[in-house]
Amino acid sequence: MISLRNLCKTFETANGPIEVLKNISLDIEKGEIFGIIGLSGAGKSTLVRCINLLEKPTSGEVFFDGMNMTALSPKELLRVRQSMGMVFQSFNLLQQRTALRNVCYPLEIARVPKEKARKRAVELLELVGLADKLNAYPSQLSGGQKQRVAIARALATEPKVLLCDEITSALDPNTTRSILELLQNINRTLGVTILIITHEMEVIEQICHRVAVINDGRVVEMGEVKEVFLRPRSETAKQLILPKGGEIQRMTGKRCLRIVFDGNSAFEPIISNMTLECRAVVNILYANTKSIEGKAYGEMLLQLPDDDVSIKRILAYLDDKGIYYREEEINV
Amino acid sequence: MFDRAMLDLLGKGILETLYMTTVSTAMAYVFGLPLGVLLCVTDEKGVYPIPFVNKLLGFIINFLRSVPFLILLVFILPLTRAIVGTTIGSTATIVPLVVGAAPFVARMVESSLKEVDSGVIEAAQSMGSSTFQIIYKVLLPEAKPSLILGAAITITTILGYSAMAGFVGGGGLGTIAVNYGYYRYQRDIMAVTVVLLVIIVQAFQEVGMRLAKLLDKRIK
Repeated sequence: MISLRNLCKTFETANGPIEVLKNISLDIEKGEIFGIIGLSGAGKSTLVRCINLLEKPTSGEVFFDGMNMTALSPKELLRVRQSMGMVFQSFNLLQQRTALRNVCYPLEIARVPKEKARKRAVELLELVGLADKLNAYPSQLSGGQKQRVAIARALATEPKVLLCDEITSALDPNTTRSILELLQNINRTLGVTILIITHEMEVIEQICHRVAVINDGRVVEMGEVKEVFLRPRSETAKQLILPKGGEIQRMTGKRCLRIVFDGNSAFEPIISNMTLECRAVVNILYANTKSIEGKAYGEMLLQLPDDDVSIKRILAYLDDKGIYYREEEINV
Repeated sequence: MFDRAMLDLLGKGILETLYMTTVSTAMAYVFGLPLGVLLCVTDEKGVYPIPFVNKLLGFIINFLRSVPFLILLVFILPLTRAIVGTTIGSTATIVPLVVGAAPFVARMVESSLKEVDSGVIEAAQSMGSSTFQIIYKVLLPEAKPSLILGAAITITTILGYSAMAGFVGGGGLGTIAVNYGYYRYQRDIMAVTVVLLVIIVQAFQEVGMRLAKLLDKRIK
């Protein structure tokens, strides 16, 4: 659906050129939810804007639905953009238009007859759960409601792809969850390909099928969300996945182990059995359970005892049980 | 002092002043609004950057704005005569008022349009809007409250200019103030005209602010 080939973007600034994207190549398949995650300043937002050419790539190519976007004439580009919806962090609704008329906007641009446009806008606002807010102005809506209007607006022209730029970053955790559920629903029922840009691992875990991790303008890791979560290889992925915070930092200095249980081992009392059997105590620094693509995963960060013999016994025990573990330097 | 004739004169002055200001403001917007849009759109960070046009236009507007109104009034007398056929009276005053106010309007419009959130413009672009569609569907409607406030400021400024035109026989309350207050030392009549001007300014400003608030959907 979307293919990026050796995409580079350099901004000319007063302090010399800044390379924001360096040779990015990736493919987003039709119908999938693809996540792009990175820390702030990694170039994520520039990347998504290069796809609909709100930013012009310095070099490289962008293919969308078989078309070479970088080779389109300005007029063709405007028409193609109508088949790509975009949703923003700050909603970007027209403040002087009601929810209904905001959703009508892209249809006006696409020259859909007024009555038909209105009907479609009402349907979409019903789809996003705002049937009772048709005539509300953005200032009368909450953040989550505004984002729902923005999603309805992005879907108005029946786009093949939805580009989402940090769309949950301005929302609280509960609202984030419900917006993500809405996106998942849209992906399933309408078959729209979704690209999500975010700096929150939770967003990726909750709905993405595949993920690309970018850092300093490069793709440093890419694959199934499950794989990247279980076995993060790049420093950036580890930083994003491993728990953060000063608490853990203060306790470290000794060796730590990150273990991940999949759905099966989550039922077994692994840690209790391990301490009993190995006669060694461990300090649990962090524990969490997550649902990735509907499957439950537990992750735990253990501080290991000081003697090497106990450590060996613990590792042997985990190997024996087939639990995925990895020693980590916790200094995020 | 305030006999029937004087009251009639003041009444006529008020009407002439209102006529000059409203017609001049409307005409100033006919020229100033498109210029303001052009200034905003062709800006380096605008939706259709043309730096050369922007710089040139900016220079011309700054030039016109830096000419003091009284000098402009005299300087363009030949133009006024060519258009209206005379250089005295309220209709003749409209010409210099428009020439003087249009660049001012252009700057007011430019600053109103630049207040529009760049994110909203980006969203419109992402939906495939053309430059022209962005102007009349996004920039102008979104800036409407600010544009109305700008118009209130413009109309009161033009009112001030029109009073200045009284010195060269421009008609309206300005002429009355000059003729009676300045040449005949009838300070009471001058005071009355000043009070009337103040009332008109307050009224225009108040109406503009209320209208802007009424039409602004951001605060409710």
